[in-house]
Amino acid sequence: MGSSTYTPENKAVKWFEDRLPILGLIHGTLGAGYNAPRNLNYWWNFGSLAGFMLVVQIITGIILVMHYTPHVDFAFAAVEHIMRDVNYGWLIRYIHANGASMFFVVVYIHILRGMYFGSYQSPREVLWFLGLVIYLLMMATGFMGYVLPWGQMSFWGATVITNLFGAFDFVDGMGESILHLLWGGFSVDNPTLQRFFSLHYLLPFVIVGVVILHIWALHLPGSNNPLGIDAKGPGDKIPFHPYYTAKDAFGLSFFIVIFAVFIFFMPNIMGHPDNYIEANPMVTPAHIVPEWYYLPFYTILKAVPDKLLGVIAMFASILIFFVLPWLDGSKIRSAKFRPVTAFFFWVFLVNAIFLGYLGTKLPDEVMIDMAGGVTALTLGQIGSVFYFAYFIVIVPLVSRMESTKPVPTSIAQSVLDANQKG
Amino acid sequence: MLYTIKKIGLMAVTATVMVVGGTAVSAAAGDSAYDLKKNEWPHAGPFGTFDKAALQRGLQVYKEVCSSCHSLKMVAFRNLTDLGYSVDEVKAFAAEYEFPAGLDDEGEVKYRKGLPQDYFPSPFGSEEEARESNNGALPPDFSLLGKSREHLSMFTPWNSIYGEDYIVGILTTYHEEAPHGVEMAEGMYFNEAFSGNQIAMAPPLFDELVEYADGTEATKEQMAKDVATFMYWAAEPKMEERKKMGLKVIIYMTLLTILLYFVNKRVWKRVKKGEDLV
Repeated sequence: MGSSTYTPENKAVKWFEDRLPILGLIHGTLGAGYNAPRNLNYWWNFGSLAGFMLVVQIITGIILVMHYTPHVDFAFAAVEHIMRDVNYGWLIRYIHANGASMFFVVVYIHILRGMYFGSYQSPREVLWFLGLVIYLLMMATGFMGYVLPWGQMSFWGATVITNLFGAFDFVDGMGESILHLLWGGFSVDNPTLQRFFSLHYLLPFVIVGVVILHIWALHLPGSNNPLGIDAKGPGDKIPFHPYYTAKDAFGLSFFIVIFAVFIFFMPNIMGHPDNYIEANPMVTPAHIVPEWYYLPFYTILKAVPDKLLGVIAMFASILIFFVLPWLDGSKIRSAKFRPVTAFFFWVFLVNAIFLGYLGTKLPDEVMIDMAGGVTALTLGQIGSVFYFAYFIVIVPLVSRMESTKPVPTSIAQSVLDANQKG
Repeated sequence: MLYTIKKIGLMAVTATVMVVGGTAVSAAAGDSAYDLKKNEWPHAGPFGTFDKAALQRGLQVYKEVCSSCHSLKMVAFRNLTDLGYSVDEVKAFAAEYEFPAGLDDEGEVKYRKGLPQDYFPSPFGSEEEARESNNGALPPDFSLLGKSREHLSMFTPWNSIYGEDYIVGILTTYHEEAPHGVEMAEGMYFNEAFSGNQIAMAPPLFDELVEYADGTEATKEQMAKDVATFMYWAAEPKMEERKKMGLKVIIYMTLLTILLYFVNKRVWKRVKKGEDLV
């Protein structure tokens, strides 16, 4: 990945390096051999944080599996066995359960940073694709992991989400066949739990593979930066190590403090209380909600009255990110120099959070008590329309029409200018 | 221009927050006419620890009252040392129970005294039996109720409902007669805290129902709070260990973060000023 010239001084290491240049690979990827723009701000910490969370999830997950039993009769009790009898089992499980949420928080910030600073633009389109593939794999992994404790929300969440795939009924019986394949039977049951367990264990390693491709694709053009201009001269860049290793270490340490607050002092706030009730196919919970990180898409699904179109809208709301590099026609990457783009970015973000909030509501719940009562469904439809309008109308038009602010000639120059002012 | 955009953006954010916050409040108030009372729990908060006397009283209420219908499948007698009992006391407690232990020479079931490693026995052999004895309703297992009946809200924490408060609410808000105009199904009791207000459980607690070993006056409210504390412990027995470790982790990581902040600052010093460029 790195184009480094790494020559070890130690003879034995050199002997090994000549036969397998793996240290040079690391040196050129995350060490002093990789030169990154000198002006990266703290929003650039979230890539390495996401990598850290992936490792945390894999390690805690492997330990949990040592004590877990993927069977409908034993899964719920196995999780409680981990919580009560396994040494530090409660710690491992709370890290893993909250870790999933923190992984999504970090990745959402990472994606939004890419949107704001135009990191998806040429020549980084494939890098952006690979990131989205990781995100989709995370969604699948997170969903299947939530099913494993076999609580009420596990079971009913699985029932609702798998049923969505039944909407793809293009040929007679096709929807049903898809469902039978997903379930391994005629409803969510033991075969479903077992295949979800198998895939939940597999997919994180697939994610690791795509992460390696993601870093590879990053290192060809190099990192984008807050100014969005190409790093050209040697003065624009600094070695990853020690500069960004020090910065990432500080960011990571700070992040762990926040993470620890959740693990140790509010470990259940991101979960659903019904998941402490064992799954019961005969009792439907009053209110089935997915995990928080799917909620905006859940609202978009519910906003469309037709099932198939709703499912298509939901998938489209994620897949549309793939065409963002072409929807955005601006020659300038960073929203720092595109005030109107920046404004709509923040509106998009607020709208997405609002859609997520609506996802926890029943569609006919009255949200604003005026004009005969505005329901969650109506607000969800307005929010969904804006969500798509942002991609299809706002970004293409604004990026091509707005008058941008002057962009510095080089990263080094901007540093010198800032110092003269200061 | 930019200033106006920022102002509009800020207004949009404020409006959204107001709608979200406002509806959250009205939704919480609209769910039921009953406002769940919030109690002070010694085990709440980052430094909270269980009130061991309350746990022991709660165990007594569970054993003498609740356990005739409600199981506690995931708690073993050995766990009771958490409540402040010695190992010998736990052994004596376990020995009060009997467990089947295989068959004798004539094929009859043999019984042995309970041991610390045994789990609390369930009052009914099956769900069917439990429903048969309870007018068709299933008395839920107590092991996780403290956590499965809470409703925590990160963004509107004032709307959070804690499992202990809910349990106290259920136990103390029975009406002797349903309010005028409310039609009750047969065998149901009117309860303010219960969703739908019709609960199959007969009022389980009344003043002086148990005689507390420690001499505490056994009012209905006192028993409700004690058993709620006990149930929260049953659901989250590692809470004290968790908070204790959490404090250490956060203090350690905060110090490390401060150190790494200065390391980072030192490393960047020259580059930050652009001294390498001139």
